[in-house]
Amino acid sequence: MESNRDNPIERQDHQDHVHRHDGDGHVHQHPLQGDFTSHPPRPGREQLSHIQGWGVDLDRKNRPGVPMERTPPRFINQHEGKLPQQPENVEVLVSCERSGITPVFGTVQPPQGVSGALRRLAFKWSESDMRHWLLLLLADRVNVVEGIGDDLASGKVPNVLGEMGIKAEWQYNKAGLAKKALVAGAVVGTAVYLMRRRDR
Amino acid sequence: MLAMNYRGPYRVRADHKPDPVIEHPGDAIVRVTRACICGSDLHLYHGMVPDTRVGHTFGHEFIGVVEDIGSDVHKLKVGDRVLVPFNVFCGSCFFCQHELYGNCHNTNAQASAVGGIYGYSHTAGGYDGGQAEFVRVPMADVGPMVIPDDIHDDDAVLLTDALPTGYQAAEMGDIQEGDTVVVFGAGPVGIFAAKSAWLMGAGRVIVVDEVEYRLEFVKRYAQCEVINFREINDMAAHIKKITDGMGADVCIDAVGAEAGGDVAQTITGRYMKMQAGSATVLHWCINSVRKGGNVSIVGVYGPTFNAVPIGNALNKGLTLRMNQASVRRHLPRLIEHIRAGHINPKEIITHRIPLEEVSDAYHIFSSKLDECIKTVLIPPSAREVRAVSASAKP
Repeated sequence: MESNRDNPIERQDHQDHVHRHDGDGHVHQHPLQGDFTSHPPRPGREQLSHIQGWGVDLDRKNRPGVPMERTPPRFINQHEGKLPQQPENVEVLVSCERSGITPVFGTVQPPQGVSGALRRLAFKWSESDMRHWLLLLLADRVNVVEGIGDDLASGKVPNVLGEMGIKAEWQYNKAGLAKKALVAGAVVGTAVYLMRRRDR
Repeated sequence: MLAMNYRGPYRVRADHKPDPVIEHPGDAIVRVTRACICGSDLHLYHGMVPDTRVGHTFGHEFIGVVEDIGSDVHKLKVGDRVLVPFNVFCGSCFFCQHELYGNCHNTNAQASAVGGIYGYSHTAGGYDGGQAEFVRVPMADVGPMVIPDDIHDDDAVLLTDALPTGYQAAEMGDIQEGDTVVVFGAGPVGIFAAKSAWLMGAGRVIVVDEVEYRLEFVKRYAQCEVINFREINDMAAHIKKITDGMGADVCIDAVGAEAGGDVAQTITGRYMKMQAGSATVLHWCINSVRKGGNVSIVGVYGPTFNAVPIGNALNKGLTLRMNQASVRRHLPRLIEHIRAGHINPKEIITHRIPLEEVSDAYHIFSSKLDECIKTVLIPPSAREVRAVSASAKP
């Protein structure tokens, strides 16, 4: 795709480096002073007038982020006095970079099981320590297995393909689905073949 | 209530979960009428964000109706139609006082580098999100905004994240009249960043992506030039070639951790998790922008490290700005733009899908099927807004 096809400004591409031979051997020649202009062309306002709303925030004062950090804040209802403290009714892991828990916090999936133990361990290290994040990622993977166990324990067999959106895949990407099925079949078939061969 | 339920990478479903309750006197319970799937949700969906726990409900882009309020809520009342910025923020801490609502220090106990975000893992505070029938909204006097009567619900839901993030991306680029702006990523945020670049006086806006239908859409919607990076050998060299050898004045990263286009980054970042996702777009931004130019980053990266060419950024004298959007700061101005017809956010919505079909909705968006640009989920309790299935797009 030619990206500058629609641009109103005509642009000159770089000339290629010339490489040829003569009686003295190789001759290399670059275009002289062909790097870039000291005054790159800019489109005029008339060329941009077809863009709806062009330049309405050209004046930086009209931009909401000016100044970059503004105090007092303009657009919020500030809480008067000290924020009430949310009661801790479930276990909440708190970053060790903090001196205490925040006045407001989320409580939705408290740590539990093996993944919960890994998460508690992870929170012994700060956010600047890789061990913190690697343990949390490991806990996430363990948690997925725990989730399948929880489903089965509650009498629910998870519809894994359905959860992955196989209905939409069938509806909009039949070729892709067939390809994935073929690849999966080949992988499983090869694994079964190799295992049987080893058993012999 | 019915809610989206994360079961592991690439696996989500709609399940019945207990209704949320008031846990803090500043809380409200909001009945959700629309919730979007955001490109950032895909990082969670793909298992890229640490401390995403099984059972979590995603969704940081939602609007709804106030159903219940805590004893410390005075400015909202039951029945108010509200849009809820994706940041959970207190309005009182040092950062909120400086209008850095994305950096609130009082709403996320589990990390200090990021504030609270609805439905965005326990690293972002452990709050369930709005892809549900009901959602707990802390600091209800501070975050939510009553939706003006003349603002359509579909515009309002895009004001909770996608539009302000795109706008802030352009704003952080400090665009001046005539600037050449390159936006990497033709998802909703990239689309709005491109549109916002014009509002700030850009002279040329170029959007880079790999998906043809997205490029066609952004070309039409944002009247910009487009580049399919699959057709380009060397991005930095190409950008310089089409910008008089200088490079772009401003580059915007609206992709984040799951960029394609570089084999080594894809293997080490996306598959092996040896870095916090692929930093391909960051490389392209730093290497494609002109010396002394500005790089603006709103694409989400994980909290660990990335291999980034910081030496090039130093040698080129670049200004790098980045943040989660401080949504509340942008709302008054963006509402003016919608009213004036400078921008029409709802035009990017391509799919309205019932919450019950959330598995398919995620798969369609993640795999870029059916020419999906933006998906809105509609819970059964909001069915007066008639939902149509993915196969019957408006």
